Amino acid sequence: MSGGDIAAIFQGAVVTVSLSLVGILIGLPIGLGLALVRWANVPIAAGIVTLYVSMLRATPLVTLLLLLFFALPNVGVPIGPISAAIVALVMNTSAFNCEIWRAALMDFPKTQLDAATAAGMTPGLAFRRIVFPQIWRVSLPGLVNEMTLLIKSSPAIAVTGIVDITRAAVRIGAQTYEPLPPFLVATALYFLVILGFVRAQRLIETHMDRKFGFA
Amino acid sequence: MTREFAIVWAHKDRLLDGFANTIWLCVVATVIALVVASPITIALMAQNRPIRMLARGLVDGMRCIPFLLFAYIVYYGFPSIGINLDNWGAGLLALTIYNAAYMAEILRGAWVALPRDEIEAGVAFGFSELRLFRRIILPPLVLSAGPVIGNQLIQIIKDSAFLTIIALPELTHAASSIQSRYYVPFAAFITAVALYWGLCLIVEAGVNVLRQLADARR
Repeated sequence: MSGGDIAAIFQGAVVTVSLSLVGILIGLPIGLGLALVRWANVPIAAGIVTLYVSMLRATPLVTLLLLLFFALPNVGVPIGPISAAIVALVMNTSAFNCEIWRAALMDFPKTQLDAATAAGMTPGLAFRRIVFPQIWRVSLPGLVNEMTLLIKSSPAIAVTGIVDITRAAVRIGAQTYEPLPPFLVATALYFLVILGFVRAQRLIETHMDRKFGFA
Repeated sequence: MTREFAIVWAHKDRLLDGFANTIWLCVVATVIALVVASPITIALMAQNRPIRMLARGLVDGMRCIPFLLFAYIVYYGFPSIGINLDNWGAGLLALTIYNAAYMAEILRGAWVALPRDEIEAGVAFGFSELRLFRRIILPPLVLSAGPVIGNQLIQIIKDSAFLTIIALPELTHAASSIQSRYYVPFAAFITAVALYWGLCLIVEAGVNVLRQLADARR
């Protein structure tokens, strides 16, 4: 395995990390929005969200991606490999995020909401000032855990021809007839990426701890 | 659209074969993974520090690798250390070893939460270590870890879809082959999604039954 091969796997790492980050950044607010729809029991919409979450949580990412990548152009929606990958990652992670946000919302003390209403806050203001600052801290561990699960299912994006870490390692193994060294490099890279997410969570928690005296 | 679904219906045998393969693979992998996980759990809980650290390293390492990468390591990488497997052997072995690490961690979590009294009573009655584990620790362990194991089974079902990439004829592979032959992507894959969904709902129902059983026993 040459230096160029290692560089190719690192290039794959850039693809894995950037696509995963885009998926996470879009998936987080969508998940929260879905959770709010269920929490507020919006008629009809809440039922649709429940079905959406139940189905998406049961669908393998590979199958979802194949569906989007092949079926959308068929019904007249042109979609490239990168956008199909992002849409699939977002759909998948938003369903899981919805459940994490919803659990935090369900546990939120009702008395605080009543107090906010009594103080004359609009629901939007109460959410921004009272609810959100508390639920995101409760949800953080679950959300980071979901992010690491997303990284671990991200090799699915290779079915549309995108070269991520796993795909790059397989290619090099096929060219050099020595598959183990590139796989070891790939394993080390995933380890570092996942470690990075867990470390970031710890950093945020200690920062919060210092600033507010609790995490 | 109805024409598309008619084509998929005409090839329902192939889809159902794939579905059966998915179920078979996941159930067998789960059962063997649990058997393999038991000694790893014991190692994770061992008094001996080197053994504990070794088990911890193996389990944590496995939990950092994506399943597909591990399946590739088994399928393409193992032949270079002299272990040759076909796609079935590689797929089953990869699913089993990979999930044994997760199962060991699940069982350890349940073990730590187990009440100490029964174990101490077992020790006082002179149970040997192995019999203590088999008779006193394992039964309540399985009951209290049951729901989490069920959730892991859902994860296994979803991970098994990756095995289409090493051409194992499971559900996604069957849908893929029907779609590439007749170009009916929506009908083929949405049918596969519906089957996965149904399967996961059944597992979830099973998990709820287990949870009620565990609650009733308490």
